[in-house]
Amino acid sequence: MTLPTPSQTVGPFFHIGLPHAGLTELVPPDDPHALRLVGTVLDGEGEPVVDALVELWQANREGRYAHPEDDREEVSLEPGFGGFGRCGTDDSGGYGFVTVKPGPVRHPAGGMQAPHIGVSVFARGLLKRVVTRIYFPDEREANESDPVLTSVEPERRASLVARDDDGALRFDIHLQGDRETPFFDL
Amino acid sequence: MERGERLTEAIAGYRRENADPPYLYPDYVATRTRAPRRPLIPLAHTLSEVTGPVYGHEHVGELDHDLTRQHEGEPLGERMILHGRVLDGDGHPVRDTLIEIWQANAAGRYKHHVDRHPAPLDPSFSGAGRGVTDGDGRYRFITVKPGAYPWRNHPNAWRAAHIHISLFGAAFATRLVTQMYFPGDPLFFQDPIFHSVRDSRDRDRMIARFDHDRTVPEWALAYEFDLVLRGREATPMVH
Repeated sequence: MTLPTPSQTVGPFFHIGLPHAGLTELVPPDDPHALRLVGTVLDGEGEPVVDALVELWQANREGRYAHPEDDREEVSLEPGFGGFGRCGTDDSGGYGFVTVKPGPVRHPAGGMQAPHIGVSVFARGLLKRVVTRIYFPDEREANESDPVLTSVEPERRASLVARDDDGALRFDIHLQGDRETPFFDL
Repeated sequence: MERGERLTEAIAGYRRENADPPYLYPDYVATRTRAPRRPLIPLAHTLSEVTGPVYGHEHVGELDHDLTRQHEGEPLGERMILHGRVLDGDGHPVRDTLIEIWQANAAGRYKHHVDRHPAPLDPSFSGAGRGVTDGDGRYRFITVKPGAYPWRNHPNAWRAAHIHISLFGAAFATRLVTQMYFPGDPLFFQDPIFHSVRDSRDRDRMIARFDHDRTVPEWALAYEFDLVLRGREATPMVH
């Protein structure tokens, strides 16, 4: 066995090496199913984190991942959809993507997972990424039986569900504090 | 049973062993307000975690690996070759994966508007490179050795010279962002980011090896740095 290389912070200057031009739009804004996903990254004092990098990983509308390991022919994969997004936060700690709501993805224990988007956040002061999931407000029933969402303490589950915000979906990420976002041990 | 009606499906997850620092390392002051304080929630890997971005190949240009040829003139500084392999936790090569790097110039200044260190910018150096590993997991960059630079973490604080490296690997679970350091750096002792990795044997795996064999006579010093991503569980677990 070979031992893994330790993680280190992305630091404040990642913009020069991790460009995100074009990576905030997972689908074109004029896609009939396009939705806008926005949010703010906040620290333990409620201050915006203006130098965070937010990355998304998600399945397409049918629930298929654009990855060789998801080889289900019965679920279609349209060309041009990669499912990867990347956005640096702005001066207000804000991020924004244009994407589609992913379809459900099966769970190894049986049944389907509720539609969700995987999220990584990197920042100065984060020695390793934090990982969380975004769930959807119009999937109440699926959310209530999702094995990952229901593994979170009941009182914290709602914070993993995006909320409607003036035509967009909003998902704020609290790195620390009373409203700390549930993060997963990946 | 028909395809698509499978009730359960074994998924081989990625192994949990890692040498990562804790989130909270108070000597690195920025962790105090940014580190999560509540316990992480265990997540058994599903298709969402064992898949991951297949990204980058189409964006890599012919000279993207050569940070000394991205402008008309050559950057000032000590020219160096950075090479190595990307491996998984079983020592197998990670092929065709994007590797992105960024760094300060030879004077210790990043070409970034937030960097206020009064050291000169180099008009011939942007400090960013990218490449894709070959069939043997190998990568290679040509650059100049980055300078040390001051920061305000503690009195007279200086970052040990480093190059930032970002990797995807095969899955969402294997994503890694790290920093590569240089052997014998006298600034290690006071650098809390380096020391946030608590075990010196783990820290040693963030330090490149000077490589005289690959050093090109009368042209450039070489450093070898292998990166190891998480390994995969051998046997699919049936949940």
